[in-house]
Amino acid sequence: MGEVIVITSGKGGVGKTTTTANLGTALALMERRVVLLDADIGLRNLDVVMGLENRIVYDLVDVTSGVCRLKQALIKDKRFNENLFLLPAAQTKDKTAVTPEQMKALTAELKAEYDYVLVDCPAGIEQGFRNAIAGADRAIVVTTPEVSAVRDADRIIGLLEASEMPEVQLLINRIRPSMVKRGDMMDIDDILDILAIDLIGVVPEDDKIVVSTNRGEPTVLDANSRAGQAFRNIARRITGEQVPLMALEAEHGFMERVKQLFGFGR
Amino acid sequence: MLDILGRVFGREEAPSKEIAKERLRLVLVHDRATVSPQFLELIKEEVIGVITNYMDVDEEGVEVSIHNMERSVALVANIPIRRMKRAVKAV
Ligand SMILES: Nc1ncnc2c1ncn2[C@@H]1O[C@H](COP(=O)(O)OP(=O)(O)OP(=O)(O)O)[C@@H](O)[C@H]1O
Ligand SMILES: [Mg+2]
Repeated sequence: MGEVIVITSGKGGVGKTTTTANLGTALALMERRVVLLDADIGLRNLDVVMGLENRIVYDLVDVTSGVCRLKQALIKDKRFNENLFLLPAAQTKDKTAVTPEQMKALTAELKAEYDYVLVDCPAGIEQGFRNAIAGADRAIVVTTPEVSAVRDADRIIGLLEASEMPEVQLLINRIRPSMVKRGDMMDIDDILDILAIDLIGVVPEDDKIVVSTNRGEPTVLDANSRAGQAFRNIARRITGEQVPLMALEAEHGFMERVKQLFGFGR
Repeated sequence: MLDILGRVFGREEAPSKEIAKERLRLVLVHDRATVSPQFLELIKEEVIGVITNYMDVDEEGVEVSIHNMERSVALVANIPIRRMKRAVKAV
């Protein structure tokens, strides 16, 4: 029996879809069988981030409304043997086209066959959120180190606790070590202190995320990307491995680079 | 103006993360204090239960509410007393 994990946030644009794509790919590379479920109905995104947008025939609403069978709507990602599948969101319907009960039944059916079902949640706290969390065994709340994002994460954590989500963990995305070092960005401890919740991992700001999203190839496939490394570590933690947090040393600032250029540096 | 000059010439300011933390702390105190009427009703009933052990109160007149002040939040209960019970005076 597999596990259903919802990736959620409250505030939009903090990296839910990026996280879902990368964790799913990393788990598939670890030989787990994974389904990525795009629950952002009306604002389909996961397909493009995964580079699978040209392969869509059926979508989530086609399945719940009985237009097709579940198996027909699952898109197999050929890069990862039989390990990674995508169930795309409907683009022309709205979030009320699916009910929490339907989502519960759907995720139950999927987790009977796959090891992990990762649900990419829409932003907000409306029905789309309630649908996405309906069948989940675990929630990963994504935030960035900003006041508005952390505030919305707090709200979401409250709602998840009220709905009796068994496990809720925090993922801090887009940390910039050099800014943390200057005292211009909240650090991990500041955020954990405020939210009082378990941490599953920290992902640095990384230009390679943009590049890989352009290409439709998740960043975990890039051995040199710091963000990719961070996502691979988080995937291992999801499977229960103990993996220490990776050191987020500050990248060199401009003045440091100048000093190094002239031989003053370390 | 002085402030801008100060910034241009790189005067030390409080690290902005400290400002962020303090703003977040305050905003969350307010957010988390936004509780449902049912929750307040529950508190009200339990408070009445405790108080009536010691004094006779006007249960209809009891008001429990959350007050947001600028830097803090308070639970305010207004409980009109009808009569003190004799036993309390002896304590
Ligand atoms: N660690 C990172 N470093 C650099 N860019 C990032 C990082 N994480 C996310 N991004 C970028 O931030 C943008 C928003 O990310 P994403 O679409 O994953 O967020 P989302 O939470 O799914 O948004 P929405 O709420 O709209 O669904 C994207 O352009 C993505 O490439
Ligand atoms: Mg998204």
